[in-house]
Amino acid sequence: MSAVASATAAPDQAPTRRLQTHRVILVLVALALIGMAIAFGRWDWLPRYGPRLWSGLLMTLAMLAGSACLGFLLAVPLGLVQVTGPVWLKVPAQAFCTVIRGTPLLLQLWLLYYGLGSLFPSIPEIRTSFLWPYLREAWPYGLAALTISFAAYEGEVMRGAFAGVPAGELQAARAFGMSRGQTLRRIWLPRALHRALPTLSGETVLQLKSTPLVATITVVDLYGVISRVRQETYLVYEPLLLLAAIYMILTAILVLVFRFFENRIPTRGH
Amino acid sequence: MIDWSLLALDPPGWGGVLLQGLFATLQIAIGGYLLGAVIGIFGALGKLYGGPVTRDLMEVYTTIVRAVPELILILILYYAGTDLLNQLLGLVGWGPVDISGLAAGIFVIGVVQGAYSTEVIRGAIKAIPPGQLEAARAFGFSPATVLRRITIPAMLPYAIPGLANLWLIATKDTALLAVVGFSELTLVTRQAAGTTKSYMLFFLAAGALYLAVTLISNAVIGMVERRSRRGFARPG
Repeated sequence: MSAVASATAAPDQAPTRRLQTHRVILVLVALALIGMAIAFGRWDWLPRYGPRLWSGLLMTLAMLAGSACLGFLLAVPLGLVQVTGPVWLKVPAQAFCTVIRGTPLLLQLWLLYYGLGSLFPSIPEIRTSFLWPYLREAWPYGLAALTISFAAYEGEVMRGAFAGVPAGELQAARAFGMSRGQTLRRIWLPRALHRALPTLSGETVLQLKSTPLVATITVVDLYGVISRVRQETYLVYEPLLLLAAIYMILTAILVLVFRFFENRIPTRGH
Repeated sequence: MIDWSLLALDPPGWGGVLLQGLFATLQIAIGGYLLGAVIGIFGALGKLYGGPVTRDLMEVYTTIVRAVPELILILILYYAGTDLLNQLLGLVGWGPVDISGLAAGIFVIGVVQGAYSTEVIRGAIKAIPPGQLEAARAFGFSPATVLRRITIPAMLPYAIPGLANLWLIATKDTALLAVVGFSELTLVTRQAAGTTKSYMLFFLAAGALYLAVTLISNAVIGMVERRSRRGFARPG
């Protein structure tokens, strides 16, 4: 906090003491607002819904972690084929990224859930397959939509990262007699991942902010639980404010975790 | 197998309804985007030149909006915004009014977009070579004249890529208003699909409409970017 204060204080040479006084007042105002929300709002529902909120939180985190990991695994080949692949892989990959990034996630989610969900029962092969018990639930569709979306956005990042690795490094690898596969495994992929890492933090926060959409297809995540609370208690603001606070804390934790890992990766200072 | 007549423009078909939804989506996207740009200019100026309190308040605004999911912001702003307005009207002595979904939608998209445009425009203003602003001040321009003649025109080339990206986000964020029951493209698509049971057809049709908006926007953005960069040295 002191580093931020001194950084903002530097340009106009304002005395640091005054800056801190006004910050203290702002923090007090914020605390007073929170205190008023707690004192004047109705929170008696909180203990009753505590366990459900916890399982909703776990569902949100599972959606985030699952879709980010799967999406990233898809994004690497998506980015790679757009840079170096043959035309019959490059064009579909580009089309996939453009279509997914050009349409709203909510629409994709509803297309998968309502569209595919209404097609599947009419196909007997699917009804008899081992996947059927899962396909009758909502969460696989939510996970699939979130994964596809993350893959498309991160695939575009990976394309830039692969294209941005200096050609000299790849030529050096060739000159040492590495095969194409070895060059990719030892030089190209690690260097591209390294370049893509800083954007990963922002993309993951965006992904966290997309997860509440799965509640619209009846997946009971954090937002789904809060919607239930709102329907059953007829409260408008209290559940939503709690929800906003929880997401802010989650975002802060994500940012801090990524910053910790970013600081551990050696980079050349600029 | 596919019943294309469902997409006909006239009432037995749902094509006209979809186009009306698209029209509502574009209205909200354009309105919210412009409101966001105005908020962004003032937010950026507040962050760069405002007093310490203004700066911190702007920081709080952009941080909160960027940390909370858009869907939840839209719900909070939608209820809080209409509630506050009605209470204000009640204080003045007027009865409560029904706020049109369009105005509420523009308001919530604008507030969300404003936080992101604040950051884009702030970065763009900081990218202006400081000598240009110093020269204007040395010629005795008032702060308002510096803003109008130098800062805004000079920052635009730096801001356009970010602002263009925000426009694409705005068109897609409008879909979230479906959750609060505003009849934009996504919600009317779901209604059409639910009524006719042709889910795939309608969701794919709506996807094509959104994609068309994005692709046309991309073409226009490319033209604007080329134009805004004339006179710049080519990179590399």
